[in-house]
Amino acid sequence: MTALVASDISRNFGGLQALSHVSLTVEAGERRLIIGPNGAGKTTLFNLLSGAMAVSSGNVLLFGRDITRLPTYARARMGLARTFQITNLFPRLTVLENVLLALQAGDQSAFSLHRRMRANHQLFHGADALLRKWDLTAITGKRAGDIAYGEQRQIDLILAIAMQPKVLLLDEPTAGLSAAEVVRVVSMIRSLPREITILTIEHDMDVAFELADRITVLHQGCLVVEGDVEAVRNHPQVKEIYLGVD
Amino acid sequence: MSAFLLKRASTWPPLAAAALIGILVLLALPYLLSPYHLGLAVQMMIFALFAMSLDLLIGYGGMPSLGHAAYFGIAGYTTGLLALRLSLSVWLAIPAGLLLAALTAALFGLLALRTRGSYFLMITLALGQVVWGIAFGWRSLTGGDDGLPDVPRPDLGLHLGLPWSLTDNTPFYYFVLFSVAVGTFLLIRIVTSPFGYALRGIRESETRMLALGYNVWRYRFVAFVLAATFAGLAGCLYVYYDRFVSPDYLHVARSAEVLLMVILGGSGTLIGPAIGAALIVFLENVISAYTERWLLLLGLIYVVVALFAPTGLIGLVREFRLRRAEP
Repeated sequence: MTALVASDISRNFGGLQALSHVSLTVEAGERRLIIGPNGAGKTTLFNLLSGAMAVSSGNVLLFGRDITRLPTYARARMGLARTFQITNLFPRLTVLENVLLALQAGDQSAFSLHRRMRANHQLFHGADALLRKWDLTAITGKRAGDIAYGEQRQIDLILAIAMQPKVLLLDEPTAGLSAAEVVRVVSMIRSLPREITILTIEHDMDVAFELADRITVLHQGCLVVEGDVEAVRNHPQVKEIYLGVD
Repeated sequence: MSAFLLKRASTWPPLAAAALIGILVLLALPYLLSPYHLGLAVQMMIFALFAMSLDLLIGYGGMPSLGHAAYFGIAGYTTGLLALRLSLSVWLAIPAGLLLAALTAALFGLLALRTRGSYFLMITLALGQVVWGIAFGWRSLTGGDDGLPDVPRPDLGLHLGLPWSLTDNTPFYYFVLFSVAVGTFLLIRIVTSPFGYALRGIRESETRMLALGYNVWRYRFVAFVLAATFAGLAGCLYVYYDRFVSPDYLHVARSAEVLLMVILGGSGTLIGPAIGAALIVFLENVISAYTERWLLLLGLIYVVVALFAPTGLIGLVREFRLRRAEP
């Protein structure tokens, strides 16, 4: 079954074509890697897939359903989650409240005005279990803006995981992390259930090859190569444009 | 997690004790204060509710409105007109005021909620001035800048068979105390509900909330209408207190004043804006006895707060406690 299809999508910013006629088919459960130099259009691709930006042309399909015109939140409710290249948390709320908000999004009570959020023990247990699982209980009560950068990246990832997504878009999950933190985050991603489809943008090539089944290479807004790890690694054009080898 | 819950629970006894003492003092006030000071207390409570309603928008929803007096005034005019021209009972006049404030907010929300930040500030200001212009210009209905004098205070006794009328200051004080208490209770429920937490999330990061699957617009819209309704309740009460309503009710100066109450007290706390409101009402009354340059002083207060206490009085208290806790 195909999880996510981008069919001939483009996005212009004025005269600049940030992404031009990119087509992409990702199977359910696949681990897809998106690589490419700066300005290749990787984050733009994620913004179009998640609905943060509208496509200039083309279509996006999620499990066969056309979601091109759906707003971000509606796509999220269909099981499409994303993380952000620039950490995007609720900085003045505690880590626990951050996770609670992520869990609550999928809860029936989210729009309730009269219930008390703190009375929802099921939500609390869920948040507790998630933070316990990733050994982050020590920072539960701290404000998300006050914790270390490496921890913020992990919480950013946990917020997306908390939604129990079917398709997960990870925008440079290991950017700016120390070597030890990279190992942690990579193991977090690797431990996710195999049925979750994961698209990852990654700059660290070692991490990249470790996480991927297939790789898509973007360059200057165009799709250059797509294939399995070995094929892409040895592709002459990829060596030229991405790895900087003549 | 249990430790986390316990920590919250342990802050309860002192809080509950303080709240109990506060309630007892409020109940006893008519027997402690002169009529003049009791009137001041009524004003403080009404503006506390007004400021808290704006705090729902600013402090929780991250929507800085500079047109909040519009809803205060619309509800005030509605109630005032119905009481004055049709001698309508308070039980109909107030709900009508709230309804009109909510409907106006629903209409204005459709326009204002397309913007963020300072643009939101400007468009709410503009919409507020439209309402002010109508109140000022439509003389046959609103009396223009003469306003509507002699709005009668309601007579609850007739309807409930109770031995008192709200024309007396003491029953009126209790009427306002009760109304403000109900409003405050509802506001507290709203900000501690899942909806309230979602509003905080939207204040902190709208893009993340969208990515999590929240229909952000719907939350912002409901918050906008709710905030206007509570502002409307404050407006209704104020008309009965003042027995007068004029375009000053919806003037931008009033919007700015209530904004300052929120900022002075500390937005996003409810209690902070309530304290800020009480303080400003008190200062205005005291200082107006000596000089007519109250607005100048208000501006100075704003500058001092912005420079030295950007998180408001509540923020100062928190900082002080943090410093004591970590020597």
